Amino acid sequence: MMQLLLFNVTNGLIIGTFYVLMSLGLSLIINLSGVINFAHGGFLVLGGYLAYTLTPYLGFWGSLLVSPLLTAVIGVAIERLMIRRLYGRDPLYSLLLTFGLAYILEDGTRFLWGAQGLPVTIPAVLQQPLSAEFFFLTGYRLFMIGIVAAAVLLLFVLLRHTRIGVRIRAGTLDLETVAALGINVGRLRTLNFGMGIFLAGLSGVLAGGQLGLEPTMGAGLIMPSFIAIIVGGVGSLPGTLLGGLLIGVASGVTAVYFPPASQAVMYVLMAVVLLIRPRGLLGEEGMLT
Amino acid sequence: MKARGLTTSQIILGGLWAALLLAPYWMPWVGGYTALGTRVLVLGLAAMSVNFLLGFTGMLSFGHAAYFGLGAYGAGLCLKLLAASTPLALLVGTLTGGIAGAVLGTLIVRRRGIYFAMVTIAFGEVFYYIAFQWSTLTGGDDGLVGFSRQPLHFGPFTIDILNNGTAFYYFVLVCFAITIGFMAFLLRSPFGHTMIAIRENERRARFLGIPIERHIWIAFTLSCFFISLAGSLYALLNNFADPKGLHYDLSGNLVIMAVMGGMRSFWGPLLGAAIFVVLQDFLSSLTTNWMSFVGALFVLVVLFFPRGVLGVLRRRSET
Repeated sequence: MMQLLLFNVTNGLIIGTFYVLMSLGLSLIINLSGVINFAHGGFLVLGGYLAYTLTPYLGFWGSLLVSPLLTAVIGVAIERLMIRRLYGRDPLYSLLLTFGLAYILEDGTRFLWGAQGLPVTIPAVLQQPLSAEFFFLTGYRLFMIGIVAAAVLLLFVLLRHTRIGVRIRAGTLDLETVAALGINVGRLRTLNFGMGIFLAGLSGVLAGGQLGLEPTMGAGLIMPSFIAIIVGGVGSLPGTLLGGLLIGVASGVTAVYFPPASQAVMYVLMAVVLLIRPRGLLGEEGMLT
Repeated sequence: MKARGLTTSQIILGGLWAALLLAPYWMPWVGGYTALGTRVLVLGLAAMSVNFLLGFTGMLSFGHAAYFGLGAYGAGLCLKLLAASTPLALLVGTLTGGIAGAVLGTLIVRRRGIYFAMVTIAFGEVFYYIAFQWSTLTGGDDGLVGFSRQPLHFGPFTIDILNNGTAFYYFVLVCFAITIGFMAFLLRSPFGHTMIAIRENERRARFLGIPIERHIWIAFTLSCFFISLAGSLYALLNNFADPKGLHYDLSGNLVIMAVMGGMRSFWGPLLGAAIFVVLQDFLSSLTTNWMSFVGALFVLVVLFFPRGVLGVLRRRSET
């Protein structure tokens, strides 16, 4: 029983790290641009499939970096062409636009790579279990946690200690003042959007190695990411981090005791949080109410 | 000037009702079929319910499929397990979705703007998982089967809406007319004007002493009741209910119907639903990549046509 519990908690943590990476990207875009990016799951899938195509040329490690970058470039192009026209308008419009983009990305992936799921080969080094007793702790899982931790750390250092990061955080609080100080808000938003999509692409590459690739996988991961943001509090990146891990572990633990409810438990968690703390665990009043 | 505008709109309204009343007779001539007309009515009612909240209270709910689907499952389960009666199934279906909306609404109305939209999206998906997992009751992914709508009995008369598609169309049309009549009545009442006041300037409405949260909750709950009636009718139309009816895909489609038709106008969503349903029917018979085309439709409407058909027409007639 203990073994099973530990197994599922680990599973939950792993899934939670996907949620964290994906919802941090979503959160960045919501905070600065006020856009709920429904196409985020589509970008995740794109990242995964690009890595699949690039691996024969660049190897696993090369595509781990290049594929998210390419995804971000595509994301930035879409932002420049379409999404930026909707800034400052009712969030309804950007939500509908990205909803349509999600359709196009999913269908496009199916068109280019086929509807059949694709297996992803990961380096043999990362495949072995680390110990016989804890068979579920494969190298790949630890590696994933490591990459996610590094990416999150890098993101927070960037936001706290670089000029661009400070501007992004300031823009989240008061975009008008930031613009009045002579900062090019349009460029800042584009850059920020690219960062968010980079994180989506990275989670796509990592998720591919763990779950295999399917055109519909993005749609399955987007809803938990929304819940992670709501539980943590819209507007707060540390909150998103906490929310993602929390719902991952909650669904992992539930999988031990009552497997059919492992998805529904996230919603229960969200309802409880909204009841007790409507702005989310680390959300502050006044930030994007 | 004003009097002439009134008569034009009366003529248009009369033409619309005539078209709806005669639909089973003219639709085959343009390549349609009666069941398609029924689908337009049902989804049009659903889109109008979404717009009751979106267009008139200004609250972006992106999760209304949940209450639509609950209505469908409620009606289906009632016919299957409780009693073989169409009116009872409609009642049970409407109550299922409406009460769920009333309960979740208490959590949802505490937030605004982006946060409101996100909470509705997230809550919109919980029943999808439940219907998916609880397969002993709901049939899981395969959907709920084993029920069918029942003929209507009025004392000595019996109307066979089960085998006669045209009769069922008229049954749906009556339900549709009663519901949107009630909707129009609400929008003209002081309550409806308060909804619009909240949409236009929430802070000012609050300073006037209007209890905002309570009004939004009532509007949300009402729109959930309306849409779950539409969902119940949808289950009767197909004699089938499946998790797709609960999925956020449907929520998004209902919102685009409202926007495409014109979300500031009462009839816009019905027009949007007609365009959307006919287009989807046509595209899915033409290509397997219809998802891309529907996606492109979303993008085009948002970028070039955000006021919707009726919004553009109205603006043109005003200038």
